[in-house]
Amino acid sequence: MKVTITVNGEQIQDDVEDRTLLVHFLRDGANLTATNIGCDTTSCGACTVLLDGESVKSCTVLAAQADGAEVTTVEGLAGPDGELHPMQRAFQAEHGLQCGFCTPGMVMAAVSLLKENPHPTEQQVRVGLEGNLCRCTGYHNIVRAVLAAAAEEEGA
Amino acid sequence: MGTRVVRVEDPRLLTTGGTYTDDLREPELTGAAYVTFVRSPYAHARITGVDVSAARGVPGVVEVLTGQDTDDLPAPADGNPTAEPMLAKDAVRYVGEPVALVVTDGRYQGEDAADLVTVEYEPLPPVVDLEDALRGETLLFPESGSNVLAAAQDEGAGDDAFAACEVVVEHTIVNQRVAPVPLETRAAAAAWAHDRLTVWVSTQNAHWARDAVAGGLGIDPSAVRVITPDVGGGFGAKIGADREGVAVAWAAKRTGRPVRWVETRSENLVGMTHGRGQRQTFKIGGTRDGRITAYRLDLVQDAGAYPRMATLLATLTKSMASGVYDIPHVEAYFQVAATNTTPVAAYRGAGRPEATAAIERAVDMFAAEIGMDPREVRRRNFIAPDKFPHTTPGGMEYDTGEYAAALDRVLAAAGYDELRAEQARRREAGDPVQLGIGLSAYVEITGGVPEIGETARLVVHDDGTVTVLTGSSPHGQGHATAWAMLVHDELGIPMDKITVRHGDTDAIPVGIGTFGSRSLQLGGTAVHQAALEVKERAKELAADELEADKADLEFDTADGLWRVRGTPDIGLDWGRLAQLAGSDGLAADVHFTSDKSTFPFGAHVAVVEVDAETGKVRLVRHVTVDDAGPVLNPVLAEGQRQGGIAQGAAQALLEEVLYDAQGNPVTSTLVDYPFITATELPSFELVDMATPTPLNPLGVKGIGEAGTIGATPAVQNAVVDAVSHLGVRHIDMPTTPERVWTAINEARTGQ
Repeated sequence: MKVTITVNGEQIQDDVEDRTLLVHFLRDGANLTATNIGCDTTSCGACTVLLDGESVKSCTVLAAQADGAEVTTVEGLAGPDGELHPMQRAFQAEHGLQCGFCTPGMVMAAVSLLKENPHPTEQQVRVGLEGNLCRCTGYHNIVRAVLAAAAEEEGA
Repeated sequence: MGTRVVRVEDPRLLTTGGTYTDDLREPELTGAAYVTFVRSPYAHARITGVDVSAARGVPGVVEVLTGQDTDDLPAPADGNPTAEPMLAKDAVRYVGEPVALVVTDGRYQGEDAADLVTVEYEPLPPVVDLEDALRGETLLFPESGSNVLAAAQDEGAGDDAFAACEVVVEHTIVNQRVAPVPLETRAAAAAWAHDRLTVWVSTQNAHWARDAVAGGLGIDPSAVRVITPDVGGGFGAKIGADREGVAVAWAAKRTGRPVRWVETRSENLVGMTHGRGQRQTFKIGGTRDGRITAYRLDLVQDAGAYPRMATLLATLTKSMASGVYDIPHVEAYFQVAATNTTPVAAYRGAGRPEATAAIERAVDMFAAEIGMDPREVRRRNFIAPDKFPHTTPGGMEYDTGEYAAALDRVLAAAGYDELRAEQARRREAGDPVQLGIGLSAYVEITGGVPEIGETARLVVHDDGTVTVLTGSSPHGQGHATAWAMLVHDELGIPMDKITVRHGDTDAIPVGIGTFGSRSLQLGGTAVHQAALEVKERAKELAADELEADKADLEFDTADGLWRVRGTPDIGLDWGRLAQLAGSDGLAADVHFTSDKSTFPFGAHVAVVEVDAETGKVRLVRHVTVDDAGPVLNPVLAEGQRQGGIAQGAAQALLEEVLYDAQGNPVTSTLVDYPFITATELPSFELVDMATPTPLNPLGVKGIGEAGTIGATPAVQNAVVDAVSHLGVRHIDMPTTPERVWTAINEARTGQ
C-alpha cells in the first residue's frame, strides 16, 4: 500500500507492505536511522517518536496508521541552523547518554514529557520516563538532564 | 587529569543518532539480504530430521542453511566432547539454540521462511536445576561422562580452622542468573568479495571477533576484516563474536551476497549469554568479639549449555572470595555445571560481584549472630593500610587499598548514626514501613588480562591535527573524549583537532578491546605513552630546526608551541613539526602491557524502605565511595558508577532469568524480564576518593564494574536489615515482595 507521512517536515511517500511498522518505515523507507529498535514488546521505548505531536512507540504503530500524519524524530529536533534543542543540549551537558542507543527515543519521550508538564518534579520525570529503558546511565543523569532542560526552558 | 569535560561523542549521537550495525548503509552492503535464525524450541533434544523444502519455496528466500550444510567448516578440536557447533546438527541443548538460518531478500520475509523450516526433534530429559546437573542422571555431553565441566573441590583440609571458632555461621544462598540486556541487541553484517570477508559486528573487541570468525570458518585471520560500528552497550556479553556472528559471516561467504542480521529482543533474551548463576554455600567463623578467623566458599556455577566463560567466572569468584578482609584461614571451591539453559558468560563484574555478594552476606550474618553492628565487624576485619601490597590466601596481590577509610567516608556521607536512629524509631513505633540500612565493602580485580595489554598509535598530521588509533573498544564509555584529553594534556593540541579511531582490524592490526575495566589503565596508558614518545621526537625535531640544544627547549601546553628558552617570539607548532618529520611521520606506536592487575575498592550504603505488610521494597538512597585511583574525567567516571549501581541494584531488587521445569525460558521478553526502570531507582550520592596504583604511570585502576560489585550486596543487606528485628537473617535475590513477605511470615511463625 502507498503511504504518505510527513517526517521532520518532509513529505515521504513509500509503497510498503501492509504490516510495515512505522519504525521500519522511518529506518528503511525514510532512511532515518536514529530511531532504534530495542525490543519487540513495546517495553523499551528506544523507538519513541512524536506522531502528530504525541509520543508513540513507533514499533507498535503501523506505517499505515501514520498515513497522512506528521512524525518528528530526533533528527528533526535541532534548529535549521543545526542549533541543538534544549533537551539535546541538556543531555550532553549532564552526560545523559553513554552508548547512545536508547537516546533518540529517550530524548523524544523527554520532549513530550515537558510538553505535558513543563515543571516536573524529579519523581514526575522518573514516572514519565518509565517506559523508556536505559542500561548505561542508571537514569541518574537522564533525570538531571530533563530537569535541567525544564529549568532552561523556564528561564528562556 | 581530573577536569570535567562533556563528551565529544554526544552531538552526533543526539542529532543523527549513532551508526549501529543495523544502521549501516555502506556501499558494500548495498542489496544485502537478511539473515534470520531458526532456533530450538526444546531445552534438550536429538535432531532427527530437518526439512527446508517449504522454506525454500517462499518468495524472496535466497538460501536456507542448516547444521547439515556445515561440512565446509573446520571440525572441533580432537577429543573435545563439549564443543559448541555454529548450527546445531545432532542435538540441541537449550531453548534458543541456533539450528538453521534463512537468507531472504526482505526483512519481514525472514520470519515467514524461518517458520517453514521443519525440524524434527526427539525430546530428551532436560537438565535445568543445578542439583539435576550434579546428579548426572542425564548428561548434556554423554562422552564427557559428567555434567561437571570443571571443578576445584573441597577436601576438608580446613575443618580444624572452623573447629577453633567460637561462632560459625553457614548458609546457602543464590546469586541468580540475570540477563545483560544491552539496549542494542546483537547484530552483524558481512560481505565476501575478492576472497576476503568484511564483517561488521556489534562487539567489545574487533580483533577477537576477527579471530572467532576466522577460526570458525577455517580461513586465515588476514582474510577477515572486522569493523566495529557504534555499539549500543555490551556489559561483557559482546566479547568477541558469538556463534550467530560467525554464522552471518559464513552465510555471506556461502551465498556470495552481502548479508545483515539483527536479533529481536526475544531472541536476545535466550540467545545472548546470561550472567551470574551461582549457588553459593559459605561458612564463616570467628570470635564473639567480632574477629573473623575462617571463611569457606563452596559454589556451583551454572554454565548453561556450553562451556563458554563459566569456569573463568568461578575461578574469579574463588580468587576474590575473601574480599577486603584479613582472614587467616580462607578456602574456596567450585564446580561448574552444564545445564540445558542459555550459556552463561561475563556480565558487568564477571565473578567479582558473586564473590562480594557471598562474603558481604556472610559478614552480615556473622554480625547478626554475635549481635554486633555490621559496621563494627567490618572495621575489625579490614586488611590494614600498612599491609599493602597484600597477598591474599587466594593468591591475589592487592596493590593499594584504604578499606576502612572508604567505609568511614561513605558512612559519614550517608549519616549512618542518624539512619540507625530513624530505623530504631520506626521499629519502636511499629511503623508498617520499616527502614533498612545495608553496607558493603568490596575490592575487585581489574585490567582483564593485563599481560596482553593494549595498543595505541598516535599520528600528528601536517595540519596539526592528530589521529589516535586505539585497540581499545568503546561502547558507551567515552573513549573518544578520554583519549583526546590524554593527548591534549601532553601535547596541548585542542580536543577538536584530535580524532580517535577504533574497531577496524585493517587500520589497527593489533588490539584487545574493552572488558574487565581495562580501558583507561591499559589503553589510556598506551595513548599517554604514545603522546610522550611523540613529544620526545618533537623535541629532537625542534632542536634541529631551531638549532638549539634539546635542554634549552621549552614546550608550552597552553599554546602547543616549542620554543628556545628566552626567545618567546619564535615557536614551532605541531603541524610544522609533522612536516619536518618528513616521510617518517611524527607518530608513535605503543603496546602497553602490565604483569599485574589493579584492585579498585570501595564501600556502599543502601537505604531501603520495606513495607512489612506487603513485602514491597523501595530503594530510597544509595551512597557510594568507589576508589579506582585518580580520575581522568569525573563526568565519565561518575557515569560508569551510576550505571553500575543501577545494574547492581537491579539484581538485588528485581531481575532474574527464570526457566520452567522443562527448561522453557519464562523471561524471554522485556514484558516478562523485569528490567529496572527510572521509577525504581533514586538519584545516587557519589563520594570521591582516589588512591593511586603504582602499576601504571597514570596511577589509575578500572571503574567500569565497581558500581555493580558494590551495589548488589549493599541493597540486599539493606532489605534483610529492614526486617532483621523480626528474626529474618537472609532473603535471596531478587528481593521481590513475595520473597520478603514470605521471609517475614516464616520468621514470625518460627519456621
